[in-house]
Amino acid sequence: MQGMTVRHIKNHAARAIMLIATLILLTPLCLIFFHLLKMGFSSLSLDFFTQIPKPTGESGGGMANGIFGSSLLILFASLLGLPIGVLGAVYLTEFNGGRFATTIRFSADVLAGVPSIITGMVAYSLLVLPMKGFSALAGAVALSLIMIPIVLRTTEEQLKMVPGTLREASLALGVPLWRTSLKVILVSARKGVITGILLAVARIAGESAPLLFTALGNQFWSRNLTEPIAALPLQIFSFAIAPYEEWHRLAWAGALVLVVTMFTLNLGARLIGRRS
Amino acid sequence: MNGKVTLENMSVHFGNNHAVKNVSMDFAAHSVTAIIGPSGCGKSTLLRSLNRMHDLVPSAKVSGTILVDGKNLYDRSIDPVAIRRKIGMVFQKPNPFPAMSIYDNVVAGYKLNSRMNRAVADEIVETCLKRVALWDEVKDRLKSSAMDLSGGQQQRLCIARTIAVQPEVILMDEPCSALDPIATLKIEELIEELKERFTIIIVTHNMQQAARVSDSTAFMYMGELVENGATKKIFTTPEKKQTEDYITGRFG
Repeated sequence: MQGMTVRHIKNHAARAIMLIATLILLTPLCLIFFHLLKMGFSSLSLDFFTQIPKPTGESGGGMANGIFGSSLLILFASLLGLPIGVLGAVYLTEFNGGRFATTIRFSADVLAGVPSIITGMVAYSLLVLPMKGFSALAGAVALSLIMIPIVLRTTEEQLKMVPGTLREASLALGVPLWRTSLKVILVSARKGVITGILLAVARIAGESAPLLFTALGNQFWSRNLTEPIAALPLQIFSFAIAPYEEWHRLAWAGALVLVVTMFTLNLGARLIGRRS
Repeated sequence: MNGKVTLENMSVHFGNNHAVKNVSMDFAAHSVTAIIGPSGCGKSTLLRSLNRMHDLVPSAKVSGTILVDGKNLYDRSIDPVAIRRKIGMVFQKPNPFPAMSIYDNVVAGYKLNSRMNRAVADEIVETCLKRVALWDEVKDRLKSSAMDLSGGQQQRLCIARTIAVQPEVILMDEPCSALDPIATLKIEELIEELKERFTIIIVTHNMQQAARVSDSTAFMYMGELVENGATKKIFTTPEKKQTEDYITGRFG
């Protein structure tokens, strides 16, 4: 046996390069996380979750309106986007395999790639202009436009993985195709579908660009869908560029909350996806 | 022609592929008919056209006449969903619904279509599981997943699910090919009992199985029906040379 041959050296070198690439990949993530923890954690308090921003010059305050606004926007975006995305995917996989389906699939991929600021402009012209005002509703529609293609494509992938034998089993019992699609195929794929939904929610939770000309943001409480509403990403943006030290601290805390939320959603999606 | 199911000049095309060629035959009521033949001879294709499973395959085209109780199966006025309730099917690989319990699998044909009364469901579950000789094995764990059962138990569960919707005809597409000899024996005994109530058409690779369970046998080759008749006659004194070669193991 020889010691280190050229082949061995090459092997070790290749492994080292891949390891370095992985470490470089992980570095920004760790930097973001630790920096946010350092800057944001000290500003987190109960007030952050229960109070709205104080007027400039006063200390304290929180982003409760932003957290509530974001939750409301996500809720309504999901109410609009999830049924369309999921049922559209069922239609594509179960009822239509032809050119129409290919066109829809391609359109969804294009829609998923459209910069989110453009999506915001679409919602602006569809809703803000006719309604003559910025509104939470317009924000929710903009977010749902981002959500639909993601949910459609991930759901479709999951539905395709359900074995055809289950579809046949159900049809052979005299169950119509539409019931089979919803009660057998969709139910069998539910874990993967939920994973996709959580990832889509995580994606829109952090979006700020599409909200700029739709939900607009709000310094105060608003529960009205036809009024501008605060959203955490927008609030982080406007507070971070403001010239007040106090607001910067709130922005850091907001960023930390947002990242932890997304981390949790992603982790939840993985856990659900893994359980079998 | 006076069978439960009658084929007259029946053909199935997949695009340009002529998979079943001008088959005419009768399937007698309350008896077991086996369809045998080498792989790719069209036997499964023929079976699947009997409950309109090809409807979902855009390239498949069924021509000729299939009569069930004298009515044309492919007539415009026939609802394929209603037909599948009348003509049930058991598949090659056991395919219980993985997201459902044993109990729910038996009544799946009802539950997927509508709500059902609990007492009625309980009764159907017990009767059907007893009929497939699975009741004693699973009565204490009806709520556990159907996937916890062995392959043979799963297949008997699938048969229970099929007979629960009270079909008149049961199609079986190589129902034992994924099972061990003991599980196979149980399914064969079950088939013997089921023919009292149902008309059974079974596709099988296994000639001994055809000889054991069936009353009549049809031998198919390259999409054509070569010969059909009483099982005893097909296996002892076949008329065609091809049939004899196949059943004696000279090809196929």
